[in-house]
Amino acid sequence: MSSTVELRNVTKSYGELQVVHGVDLQIDPGEFVVFVGPSGSGKSTLLRMVAGLEEITGGDLMIDGGKVNHIAPYERGIAMVFQSYALYPHMTVYKNLAFGLETAKTSKEEIKRRVLETAEILQIEALLARKPRQLSGGQRQRVAIGRAIVREPKLFLFDEPLSNLDAELRVQMRVEIAKLHKRLGNTTIYVTHDQVEAMTMAHKIVVLNNGRIEQVGSPLDLYNAPCNRFVAGFIGSPKMNFLSAAASSNGVRIGDVSVPCPPFETSPVTFGIRPEHLSIVAGINRIKLGTAAVDLVESLGGQTVVYASLADRQPLTILLEGQPAVADSVEVFFDFEKAHFFDRDGRKTLSKHVQAA
Amino acid sequence: MTNKLSLSQATMRSRVAGIVAHVLLIGASIAMIYPLLWMLSASFRPENEIFTSTSLIPSSFSLTSYVQGWNGLPVSFGRFFRNSFLIATLCVVGNVFSCSLAAFAFSRLEFRGRRICFALMLMTLMLPYHVTLIPQYVLFRELGWVNTFLPLVVPKFLAADAFFIFLMVQFFRGLPKELDEAAMIDGCSPWRVYWKVIMPLSMPVLATASIFTFIWTWDDFLGPLIYLSDMPQYTAMLGLRTFVDSSGVSNFGGLFAMSVLSLMPVFGFFLLFQRLLIEGIATTGMKR
Repeated sequence: MSSTVELRNVTKSYGELQVVHGVDLQIDPGEFVVFVGPSGSGKSTLLRMVAGLEEITGGDLMIDGGKVNHIAPYERGIAMVFQSYALYPHMTVYKNLAFGLETAKTSKEEIKRRVLETAEILQIEALLARKPRQLSGGQRQRVAIGRAIVREPKLFLFDEPLSNLDAELRVQMRVEIAKLHKRLGNTTIYVTHDQVEAMTMAHKIVVLNNGRIEQVGSPLDLYNAPCNRFVAGFIGSPKMNFLSAAASSNGVRIGDVSVPCPPFETSPVTFGIRPEHLSIVAGINRIKLGTAAVDLVESLGGQTVVYASLADRQPLTILLEGQPAVADSVEVFFDFEKAHFFDRDGRKTLSKHVQAA
Repeated sequence: MTNKLSLSQATMRSRVAGIVAHVLLIGASIAMIYPLLWMLSASFRPENEIFTSTSLIPSSFSLTSYVQGWNGLPVSFGRFFRNSFLIATLCVVGNVFSCSLAAFAFSRLEFRGRRICFALMLMTLMLPYHVTLIPQYVLFRELGWVNTFLPLVVPKFLAADAFFIFLMVQFFRGLPKELDEAAMIDGCSPWRVYWKVIMPLSMPVLATASIFTFIWTWDDFLGPLIYLSDMPQYTAMLGLRTFVDSSGVSNFGGLFAMSVLSLMPVFGFFLLFQRLLIEGIATTGMKR
């Protein structure tokens, strides 16, 4: 019922311009994989190549062990939900759902049974006689998903399906898509530029940038152990803080403080720490980073976001639990265990060994 | 007080301007419609009055001209109407079908030499009809098609009207490409995408093409004049010409009566299809 997908050194070029550079990826049956990255990272192109809407310039695309580079989209056993929904404007919702089955010459009774079943799953039975223009954004989204599941595909593709919905509806549909996946169990590839969607829905996240895979892993792996500065900055909200750092005689120097630690394999130049791993009170295992001037405080109720700058004017975001009182100037502490160090071009995370401070 | 006065002066002035504008527009409308009314009244008045009376109202009302016009020629005028209808209908079907297929290929399919073909097609748009007239005649004579309807109809089935192809290409380009892609994922061949997705969404442009093809072929005089030589093959436009005979008797009453009749189909066709022109349903159903 669900497919394995394997990409072997897949590339894509438009003339001279190469947009996807040798992507290798293995997707297991039933897995929910999210492609995430900034715009222009090649995530949609990659998805469209899996769908068969873009030609593959080089490499192999395997579905269930067979090479499908030149096989028509329909025969790949896929279904796709488009960003713009792409419902057929001249057909009713029923016809929209039935169209693919009609094309496949499914019998009338079978079509009716499957359309009604799908409509029930998505709770759109009342809309079957309507045309797409008579539907709200959320309803159109449901119909678009319905058109995909009615075909009982082995592989589900979503191309930024929630980006046209308002914030509230987006959260609601996100939950529904995750539930739907749990229920149907199809292999799913989901493209988004929203890292929150990626973190909440994925079994496996593929972070893409400039047509290359930066890192593949579970949401928590990417959060806890980003393999380079790009992934570290992309995953997590608010974004990770980056401060310049340098190796010193007995450890590493970050701004004004020197942290004793064993030497790195190469000299680190960037220190990274997530806003939620900073604190404004001292504690066990906490190292003082320095004194920061508070520029702005955002009180969210459950959390408080503090925007501050260090003495050398490097900006710093601090995320605090609850509603603490924040003075104009705060002392900032961090947990060395949660710190990340990156080399000169940010391509690599350096391993560190904690030493009692 | 002064305020009120100036206000009423302003309304007065705008009212005067409105009256002047209306008088001018009505005058222009009468100037345009006068020949038509003149022809209409000429078709109902006695033959000897046509070029002598200045009044638009006939002194006596008769249908003699219609009867004479319909039956006055060796071949009944009904025959000419039938021929015209046949040619115009076939041309509409041919143009809509073949031009939309060609436009679909130009706007949606990837093939080698697409840009060059498109440019060549646009160049034929700039070529005056009269340049190709003689070579075309020679071609159709060699094929043995002269004195049949084929030279008037067959080219329409081969997407020869670059203007309509261009019109449709522009329209198809406005339809979202995701619809094609969704249909492809639903298992449609390009043929089915064309037939089930593009065509139903293109009613406005298809109606436009139908209206213009019908009017142009119905009103065409040169084409039938060149290719049709036997009276039973004549179209209505050729039939009208036969009323005014250089060799002697002209039947002007019949000419005007049949002219009025031959305007009717164009009128009716336009009324029937113009509603579709306005209905743009193409992009609703997509995101706003």
